[in-house]
Amino acid sequence: MARKFLAAVAAFSTLAVHTAAAGPESTDPIKLTTHDWTGQIVTTTIMGEVLKNAGYNIEYVQADYIAQFAGLKTGDLHVAMEIWETTGREAMDEATATGNVVNMGETGMVAIEEWWYPAYMADVCPGLPDWKALNDCAEEFATPETAPLGRYLGGPVTWGGFDDERVEALGMDFEVVHAGTDAALFAELESAYQRKAPIVLWLYSPHWAPSKYEGSFVKFPPFSVECYNDPSAGINPDAAYDCGKPTGPIWKVAWKGVEEKWPGAAKAIRAFHVSNEDMGEMVAKVDLQGMSVEDVVAEWMAANKDSWSSWAQ
Amino acid sequence: MTDGVHHHAESAQAPAPVFAAVPSVSRIFWIILFLITWALSTWSFALYKAFDARWIIRYPKNLEIPLDRWISNATNWLVEDLSFGLFTFRDFTRFISSLVEAPYDLTRSFLIEGFTIGQGQQALEVAPPLSWIAIIAIVVALALYAKDWALALLVGFCFSYLAIFGQWESAMVTLASVLIAVPIGVVGGLALGIAAYRMPAFERFLRPVLDLMQTVPVFAYLVPILVLFGFGPVAALIATVIYAMPPMVRISTVALRTVPEEVIEAGRMVGCRRGQLMWKVLVPTAMPSLMVGVNQVIMLSLNMVIIASMIGAGGLGYDVLTALRRLDIGGGIEAGLAIVVMAIALDRLSQAFAVRRVRPPGNSQMPFHKRHPVLTLVALITISTTLAGVYFPEFREYPANLTVTTGTFWNSAIEWININFFDAIEAVKTVLLNFLLLPVKRFFTGIPWAWGIVVVGLAAARICGWRLGMMAAVMTFFIAASGLWREAMTTIYLCSVSVLIASLIGIPLGIWAGQNPRANSIIGAMIDTLQTLPSFVYLIPVVMLFRVGDFSAMIAVVLYALAPAVRYAAHGIRSVDEELIEAGKVSGCTERQILWRIKLPLAAPSLLLGLNQTIMLAISMLVITALVGTRDLGQEVYIALTKANIGQGIVAGLSVAFIAIIADRVVTALARSSQQRLGLE
Repeated sequence: MARKFLAAVAAFSTLAVHTAAAGPESTDPIKLTTHDWTGQIVTTTIMGEVLKNAGYNIEYVQADYIAQFAGLKTGDLHVAMEIWETTGREAMDEATATGNVVNMGETGMVAIEEWWYPAYMADVCPGLPDWKALNDCAEEFATPETAPLGRYLGGPVTWGGFDDERVEALGMDFEVVHAGTDAALFAELESAYQRKAPIVLWLYSPHWAPSKYEGSFVKFPPFSVECYNDPSAGINPDAAYDCGKPTGPIWKVAWKGVEEKWPGAAKAIRAFHVSNEDMGEMVAKVDLQGMSVEDVVAEWMAANKDSWSSWAQ
Repeated sequence: MTDGVHHHAESAQAPAPVFAAVPSVSRIFWIILFLITWALSTWSFALYKAFDARWIIRYPKNLEIPLDRWISNATNWLVEDLSFGLFTFRDFTRFISSLVEAPYDLTRSFLIEGFTIGQGQQALEVAPPLSWIAIIAIVVALALYAKDWALALLVGFCFSYLAIFGQWESAMVTLASVLIAVPIGVVGGLALGIAAYRMPAFERFLRPVLDLMQTVPVFAYLVPILVLFGFGPVAALIATVIYAMPPMVRISTVALRTVPEEVIEAGRMVGCRRGQLMWKVLVPTAMPSLMVGVNQVIMLSLNMVIIASMIGAGGLGYDVLTALRRLDIGGGIEAGLAIVVMAIALDRLSQAFAVRRVRPPGNSQMPFHKRHPVLTLVALITISTTLAGVYFPEFREYPANLTVTTGTFWNSAIEWININFFDAIEAVKTVLLNFLLLPVKRFFTGIPWAWGIVVVGLAAARICGWRLGMMAAVMTFFIAASGLWREAMTTIYLCSVSVLIASLIGIPLGIWAGQNPRANSIIGAMIDTLQTLPSFVYLIPVVMLFRVGDFSAMIAVVLYALAPAVRYAAHGIRSVDEELIEAGKVSGCTERQILWRIKLPLAAPSLLLGLNQTIMLAISMLVITALVGTRDLGQEVYIALTKANIGQGIVAGLSVAFIAIIADRVVTALARSSQQRLGLE
């Protein structure tokens, strides 16, 4: 009872004193999850710094990208800053359906995923980035295990992506080999790039790889929902997936309790917005130039004070 | 071999007596079994086409047992609904995590974070953490206390590495979790081992549980653990203990059982009670073997560092992961080596404590600081540097501008190899693929599931008796009925090729190490490094040189599973009774004869225990092979993890465990029959 009273007094006083900038409604730390890729850590650190500036206590908790939903549902964890439309949609929908997890809107970043080739392959395969040109020189990409078919290094099976179906539907002379992790994916790219060896693989953005290596995404027939769902749509009348991959927003999600416990913070989280270009630049600074995440975020915060200071109001 | 030929010749010549005919019947049995399997494996696809019977190669979808859904539902019920009246099941598990969390937080405060009051930005520091100088001084003094200056130097060197290479903060986070997980693992393991030693019934119950703990891939139960014990370091700690404890239990039981009867008799004669007999006689006598168990717990705990960091343990494992995700091979190796040096320091320290001789107490007339000069000095250093840490940050943490790094050296080295030797490597790889991996793969994946169940049952029954044969057949049926036949066969193919190569390399190394102390120290260090260096560290260079695929997976498994083959072989050779070797020398055996006629046969149980562990470790590496894209059970488990599908993960995990259990039983039975043939039992 006494605690409730005190809390009420505290709430009232904050209301009275800081009418403009809402102070922290609770000093309990807001738990933001971090994963194992730099972009996500940068995004989360920016959010964390903004919340700190608004007076909230925050705590970064490492959690697995998908396993974290179990914690978000129970309130063990509070905020996840990057759920990619392309890889996390299913888990996110399942979690929001329970009513315990809330979609906090888009981050402003757009996920791009597609087949990608290094620039030096354009000399071998004139006509790239068109997918037909790629298919015409499929043999250039063959290895002893896949010959005579070309070898396409797909993402981990868990990413989905329907590459096996795409190869089938478009009648491409490629065999899909799935990398187990994205680290393995980029290790192969690095190796091939050093030797200027042929390679075509799944890449995504925002990521440091498209800025480190010169190359382009392959141009497939543009994605449409019908192309994925309806076999008769697209250039192959008998098969679905006869087009490129969809692009999609990167979402933010939070435990439903965040809005009740820290309404001001929830507002800031909803308002969070950063562009692909800014993110790509920051990720490259960390991963390629070896700067620390904190320094890069501090630099961005100093340069973009106008944009982030409005989030928490 | 000569024995077999002899019997064979005999039985061919005359209507041989029954006992002499046994080997040849047995041989015919195996040959026929193999030929049928081979024929079916080769033509299974043709049979399917000829009879239009797809069920031959694929278990019918509509007959699959939806066990994964049942398990998911059961776990949901456990987590969300099960209640014991006053508290729910989850309250109970959360209570356990708070029990583990308290000492963990305390250790962390001491080592790195300091003690604070309040939360977040209102927090107020009341005491600083121990200075890095103080921690190095303490471990050096501990080494000196436990053994000598050589060890002190080694340990000091190891911890200095952590500071100088800028790994200090992460290393202390990892150290905190190891300091909690290892004692729990060792004490719990020893307790279970003693219970199993005293009660054979308990051991029978425990064995399959241990097998499951050791073989169900950690990823399979990570999601339930996270849900039950909460996100963060505690869940990681609990997963670590589950993974690291089983060898301690096993080794404790075996060690206690191999204490010579005379020693126990002597203990009884001087009037020991049950407890005294255990703690004053059995445990001290078994100490050298028990320390192998402690070594394993430390090594396996540090092995879990990477996976633990995936679920929030942070520390060195996290550094390895992030470094490798941006292909910073040097950064990965530096953080990985930090795990290795920490493992070496902790292991050597614990070994030294186990064999420490009690020294005479000093003259009690002298003042304290003269009786305990080292202790006094360390206390002074600890207090002064830690207090200095309040005002000068460089005492609190090693100054960042004094750290060194190998920088891009490793990346350049791999790049050089890659550019200059890729074609040669590719050629070797293609040969191995075509003549070893692919034929084995075709053989295993071609076996129709129905015949697979029969052949596993028959083989297990032949070696271990019909009861085990039945069990093996049922387990195999479970795998097929879960719709995982193809993945299981890929698993078996990868594991068997890897175990074969690991044994071919590991056993000779172990024999060498067992006979030659200098070789032992080098090989020992190498093995410790391989077992504790997170496989992720070498996986990335391996993928760069060998591409994504089975071959890279095999190399990772071999490197990891090598350790027990070497270690058990060396242990077996070393523990051969000196008197028997003397007897051999006296009767004029050459070195070679002593090795082949005396040491190796007597070390056979150890060798087979080593083979057993090699298989277990190979199987436990399956999840890592999933990271380079194999399509085996490990991949199933990994997919289940990334989709947080508890049921799918556990069913695939159980399939892995069943394969391991069948292998374990068969190898153990082979060991027993070989012992009997040698007259060792």
